[in-house]
Amino acid sequence: MEYTLNGATFAADEEGYLTDLSQWNEELAVLIAEDEKIEMANDHWEVVNFLREYYEEYQIAPAIRVLTKAVKKKLGADKGNSKYLYELFPYGPAKQACKIAGLPKPTGCI
Amino acid sequence: MGEYETPEMDDYAKTPELAPCSMAHSQPFIAAPNHQEDLGFPGELVDNWQEKAIEKFGELLTKYRSLRVYMDGCVKCGACTDKCHYFLGTGDPKNMPVARQDLMRKVYRRYFTFAGKYFPWLVGAEDLTKEVLDEWYTYFHQCSQCRRCSVYCPYGIDTAEISMAAREIMDHIGQGQKYCNEIIGKVHVLGNNLGLPAKALRATLDDLEEDIFDDIEVEVKLPLDVKGADVLLVTPSADFFAEPHIDGLIGYAKVFHQSNTSWTLSSYASEAANFAMFIGSYDQMKQIAERIRKAAQDLGVKRIVVGECGHAWRVAYNFWNTLAGPFDFLDQSVPSPMHITEFTYKLIEEGKLKLDKSQNDHMTLTFHDSCNVARASRIGDDPGGQFFYPRAVIKAVCNNYIDMAPDTIHEHTYCCGGGGGLLTDDLMELRVKGAKPRMEALNQVTENNGVTHMAAICAICKSQFSKVMPKYGFEMDGVVSVHQLVSNAIVIEPDEVEEDEEEADNNGPSDEQIEEREEA
Repeated sequence: MEYTLNGATFAADEEGYLTDLSQWNEELAVLIAEDEKIEMANDHWEVVNFLREYYEEYQIAPAIRVLTKAVKKKLGADKGNSKYLYELFPYGPAKQACKIAGLPKPTGCI
Repeated sequence: MGEYETPEMDDYAKTPELAPCSMAHSQPFIAAPNHQEDLGFPGELVDNWQEKAIEKFGELLTKYRSLRVYMDGCVKCGACTDKCHYFLGTGDPKNMPVARQDLMRKVYRRYFTFAGKYFPWLVGAEDLTKEVLDEWYTYFHQCSQCRRCSVYCPYGIDTAEISMAAREIMDHIGQGQKYCNEIIGKVHVLGNNLGLPAKALRATLDDLEEDIFDDIEVEVKLPLDVKGADVLLVTPSADFFAEPHIDGLIGYAKVFHQSNTSWTLSSYASEAANFAMFIGSYDQMKQIAERIRKAAQDLGVKRIVVGECGHAWRVAYNFWNTLAGPFDFLDQSVPSPMHITEFTYKLIEEGKLKLDKSQNDHMTLTFHDSCNVARASRIGDDPGGQFFYPRAVIKAVCNNYIDMAPDTIHEHTYCCGGGGGLLTDDLMELRVKGAKPRMEALNQVTENNGVTHMAAICAICKSQFSKVMPKYGFEMDGVVSVHQLVSNAIVIEPDEVEEDEEEADNNGPSDEQIEEREEA
């Protein structure tokens, strides 16, 4: 599949993960999120930005536990749990948030 | 993914009304050319695919005598028809094990039997057409290779082996499955299914050490690539990433800590899983198993312990020796590989773990036997050890335990619905529907016995259940790791802290840790 934004097209795989990670931008993230029926608010951006920073350093998305801890630090204890992350990204914080952040899908027995 | 409805739970696994072709639309994504080529398979369906498929089929019939026996042996008695969770959950008659086998059997008869070559219409023999190939791709990816049907087959026909053979043939003509093949490629490069580089693994482990310290104020280590350690722990990489898997990993670390076991993980072999079994590829399976042998040799360990992973245990216990053996460089006085539940239970028996069962009193547990452990291997030396050890560990750390109905546990266990390389989002409808029999059995003990949580010893089972349980009205954290329960119950005394700190004086706590402790 592909995304179209301001007349330009962006290639993605069958599930909507961007093929070329360097093409990501914030406007595109909003578009991918819309496809996922998610309206990007501040807390969504905190997660997406953290994922991108983590990926930049480690070339992979963080473990859910690492993510919840980071969210806790940034957004407070009441939001630093996987239940809240699932509220933000109902299809699972790792996979859905990665898609919006323009990162590859984590694979394996997860 | 289309829209579908989660089936209503019945009182007990009732045989469903037939719903012909109701799952004919369910196919996983086909592997991309690069995922295929990374494993040495053709990138796309080759032009002479039919000829190549028959050739490969013939080769497999020669290589695996069992396959020929399974092709010849079925007497259509019907014993298997209502035993597959995918049939019970979908009602699609092609998900009856005999029908699944027949997809391959009709092709076998056409090309490999006298009657089928000359009188195909008399013996149900059929040409391998594109339609038949499509049916193979559809329905051999609706078999989780759990082998429940084979328990009931009077001839012991193993549908798992048939689906493995079918997938191998499809890989060799260029029609592989994306989920499995992409993952196997990652293992060859990075050593694990997740694609977790060594640096990220170390960072994750550091983070966990910090969490454990915050929790119990004891430094429990998660060592990586430590040369000369006694034990190499090989565990599914989901244990580094997902919930509730990671709580199980913390449990292993606490067990090693309290028993003063010198242990290590390996960044080269940071994966117990071996998805090559799911695609029936002996060569790929061997390559993955050899990584573990190499890691054990390079690190100079004396033994190998395997973490909570279902099919990995089958590969380790049954096949490692053939694939990558002999493991004669390991300590021969203890079994290697050893399952983590056996390792922990022996320590409990020796009184080496201090446990407070009441820490799990807020839960009433049941145990889900994972198919590959229950039906394809053993734990320990005694028959039935694979049923005994996990339960013995749970009962040693929990006061409240109830088994599910007898024909849904032990060798009769139902698959979680996501095994055999089907734990992928593109098969979510199948996964949800295939979980129905297990959900019904769980519901029974939930309603009658107040069960609150189901423990498992397989990364696939845990991920599958945390995804599908909410669809049936259970909480997503209703599935737990067995060693998560151990982790809750294990009492690590504060006085061990001082000892540990003295020992660790040389490399001392990091600045961050000091800072954190000062803050505390």
